[in-house]
Amino acid sequence: MEVILQNLTKKFPNRDKKKKGDVIAVDHFDIEIPDGKLVALLGPSGCGKSTMLNLISGLLKPTEGKIFFGEDDVTELPPENRCIGLVFQNYALYPHLTVKQNITFPLENLKGKDKLTKEEMNERALQAAKLVQLDGLMERKPAELSGGQQQRVAVARAIVKMPRVLLLDEPLSNLDARLRLQTREEIRRIQRETGITTIFVTHDQEEAMSISDMIIVMKDGALHQVGKPQEVYDDPSDLFVAKFLGTPPINVFDAQVRDGKLYIGGDAVLEVPGVEDWPVYAAIRPEGFIPDENGRFSCKLSGVEVMGRDYSVLSTNSACHSNPVRAIISTDHKVDIEKEVVKFSLKPHKVHLFHKETEERIRF
Amino acid sequence: MLKKLNESGMKAWLYLLPAILFLGVFMVYPLIDVFIYSFEEGYNSASQTFFGVGLYNYDYVLHDPYFLQALKNTFILVIITVPLSTTIALLISVGLSSIEKVRDWFQTIYFLPYVTNTLAVGLVFMILFKKTAYSDGLINMFIRWFGGNSVDFIDGPYWAKMFVLCLYTIWVVMPFKILILTSALASVNQDYYNAARVDGTSRFRIFRRITLPMISPMIFYLIITGFIGAFKAYSDAVALFGTNLNAAEMNTIVGYVYDMLYGDSGGYPSFASAAAIILFTIVLTITCINLLISKKKVHY
Amino acid sequence: MGNAIDYTKIEKHAKIRKKISNTITYILLAMWAIIVLFPFYWMILTSFKSYGEYNSEYIPKFFTLTPTMQNYVDAFTQVPLGRYFLNTMIFTIVTTAIMLVVITLAAFAFARLEFKGKNMVFVLFLSLMMIPNELVIITNFVTITNMDMRNTFAGLILPSVTSVFYIYLLKENFEQIPDTLYYAAKVDGTSDLKYLWKVMIPISKPTLITVTILKVIECWNSYVWPRLITDDENYFLVSNGIQEIRENGFGRENIPAMMAAVVVISLPLIVLFLIFRDKVMDGVSRGGTKG
Repeated sequence: MEVILQNLTKKFPNRDKKKKGDVIAVDHFDIEIPDGKLVALLGPSGCGKSTMLNLISGLLKPTEGKIFFGEDDVTELPPENRCIGLVFQNYALYPHLTVKQNITFPLENLKGKDKLTKEEMNERALQAAKLVQLDGLMERKPAELSGGQQQRVAVARAIVKMPRVLLLDEPLSNLDARLRLQTREEIRRIQRETGITTIFVTHDQEEAMSISDMIIVMKDGALHQVGKPQEVYDDPSDLFVAKFLGTPPINVFDAQVRDGKLYIGGDAVLEVPGVEDWPVYAAIRPEGFIPDENGRFSCKLSGVEVMGRDYSVLSTNSACHSNPVRAIISTDHKVDIEKEVVKFSLKPHKVHLFHKETEERIRF
Repeated sequence: MLKKLNESGMKAWLYLLPAILFLGVFMVYPLIDVFIYSFEEGYNSASQTFFGVGLYNYDYVLHDPYFLQALKNTFILVIITVPLSTTIALLISVGLSSIEKVRDWFQTIYFLPYVTNTLAVGLVFMILFKKTAYSDGLINMFIRWFGGNSVDFIDGPYWAKMFVLCLYTIWVVMPFKILILTSALASVNQDYYNAARVDGTSRFRIFRRITLPMISPMIFYLIITGFIGAFKAYSDAVALFGTNLNAAEMNTIVGYVYDMLYGDSGGYPSFASAAAIILFTIVLTITCINLLISKKKVHY
Repeated sequence: MGNAIDYTKIEKHAKIRKKISNTITYILLAMWAIIVLFPFYWMILTSFKSYGEYNSEYIPKFFTLTPTMQNYVDAFTQVPLGRYFLNTMIFTIVTTAIMLVVITLAAFAFARLEFKGKNMVFVLFLSLMMIPNELVIITNFVTITNMDMRNTFAGLILPSVTSVFYIYLLKENFEQIPDTLYYAAKVDGTSDLKYLWKVMIPISKPTLITVTILKVIECWNSYVWPRLITDDENYFLVSNGIQEIRENGFGRENIPAMMAAVVVISLPLIVLFLIFRDKVMDGVSRGGTKG
């Protein structure tokens, strides 16, 4: 099911009564989420992404704007009539019910022509449990399951009634690091197998990049960029997106464009034809550095971390916003640790320029 | 080092001394003593002598028509008020937690009976239900409006008196139950309700399948304390029917204990002790049964 | 487009149902509020009716056009309501004050000091919580009678100056204060008692206030023990006083005056509750049953 948000806005009354005006959690959002995709709603905590999820689920009513599921306007529809599945951050499994009872719970609510017999319910529950590979644990109570298993019960409960849209709120945040890797693959697999349009909220860009077909980056309730993960990473539309995506994070420098050349400190490090003379931010991905004796970008070397398949070179530069400057270098290159200064040449497509005031991208 | 520990040990006992002294004199000693009393036959409080040791006191109490009356009254009171007050409190608490406006006001009002003097407000109930030569009283006025015959609820038939007693008891115990249940309801994670709503669960089903099991420990706590409290009923009855409860046929077990101890019918601490021990055997048994059931039914 | 119509129907349905259930909820809640408030209204109303007016109303009226303060005057002059009031104040204040000292010292010993057999003593204390008052009151009555303390404040007060539950509550609270504070104070040469007074008590003030409020409510409403231990009107507390007024007061059945007395007796606690509403409700939910 396609999900379309039109001009979607949600304001909350300010909790601090002294301050006037409302808090805008979601700010005029326009987006089309294609059918059958796994979509990540990515942003730092407090950016309104959970509010967004609640708007789509119907637990919250928007202040302005509309929500469509395909052709249907569901803006005013209560959550139970939207036919969605929702997985809560803390799973919200009913502690007094067994896994099976938890999974069949949504089915027992069906009325009229959708009403199922006991056998059908058990059949459907078993199918869902199989899908999340929990069919051996049907009689357990949630407290007897591990965090990862609980999470899968929550997913099974959400998909058992074949929702049009599946929503997941921070599905991995309560799991430890190892389980997280495993579970995100699991989510990917389940989404592929069911083909349900799935939207999940996360603040972890790595999580979002690794499994989703499309990511939506938001901050302070506003939409910043939408696209395939690699596109967003390679072609960020503004400084926030560039900084938010990628580990290790992008290196940001104060820079200047003069006569078609990019200056960082005193060095003219790159040709940037066609860019007007402006003070800019130059953001360079860690993998955008090539150690080069004749390179034009020099930094003070402070250390090298060996990571096996590559190593990262740490150096400092007075123009950098967050020293040290981190460059990831393949092991083919050699860096002399004894030297005080390291020189780089840059890969132009890994260097992004942003307007100093608006932080918008300047393309070259 | 050893000396220091000793010193601090001594000091600790010094801090504990007042508490131990008071508890020893007014709790531990009486607890032992009440059993001794209950077995001393023919104890005379003036001369502090007794004839022998045995079960005569229990035998006497169990055959005393006043005690049997008190026993019957107490059981009826317990059986009516505990389930009824718990159910109404549950309904009210669910109602309270589903509204936002003026909720604080309701909560404040509902709590008022807790801070009022049982004896004093009992008088108000008495005049509301009493029928005198001058007036039928307010409640009878309502009964008349609806075409019934007026009844004297205070000096009239047994069922009428029992009705007022139960009503007043419920009125008095309600604040505590509402308070406990509203905070139990508030502590249920909102996500459970949201999850159920997304699945299209009806309100009634949410209540029966989620809310009720989630707060079942608190409900059982209230039922257990409710049983204990109702078995110890006394001052509510005094407030409505005066101190001579035997004459009003409205005595309770605790009332019987005090009547044996003091007042016109008093001076028999042995009988009082036996009655008190019988009461607590009953309470203990019922509490144990309650705990057993709750172990089976409560989901945590 | 058939779909769209369907949806608006569902929306409307949901809205109407929500409205109906909301209305029913408010009506039921309001009904209980009336049941709770009505006795209060009736006692205030009756206390302002004159004796003649009240007795001439065969069908009681819900208002009065000629309110009078006479009943309040009568309540204080014809029966010793002032005396009862004063007695109860003395009883409440002294009992609460002694109790606070006793439980604070005991809680301090359990929470802060080390001594042999501490755990065992504490378990013994806790097991005392299960002993019902009705069981020990018999012997206490005999004890106080034998000590010739009937009709004295000492006899009234002494049996109720300890509470195991409050010791427990306070001990839990004291234990949350980090040990380092104690050691810091020790290094500075502070005595235990001074540390208790200057550090622990101020930090535990919320719990102490809760305990105080609960105890005050308990004292103000206590009936059974005072009734057993006093038969001299000069030592009656308000509960016994009101019972006395009901059975022997005012010479005749003067209900309005009785209601005036009831209002006077009920007022202090209600005012206290309205001021400390959250504290009272919090305290009660942490550990109070009535009766």
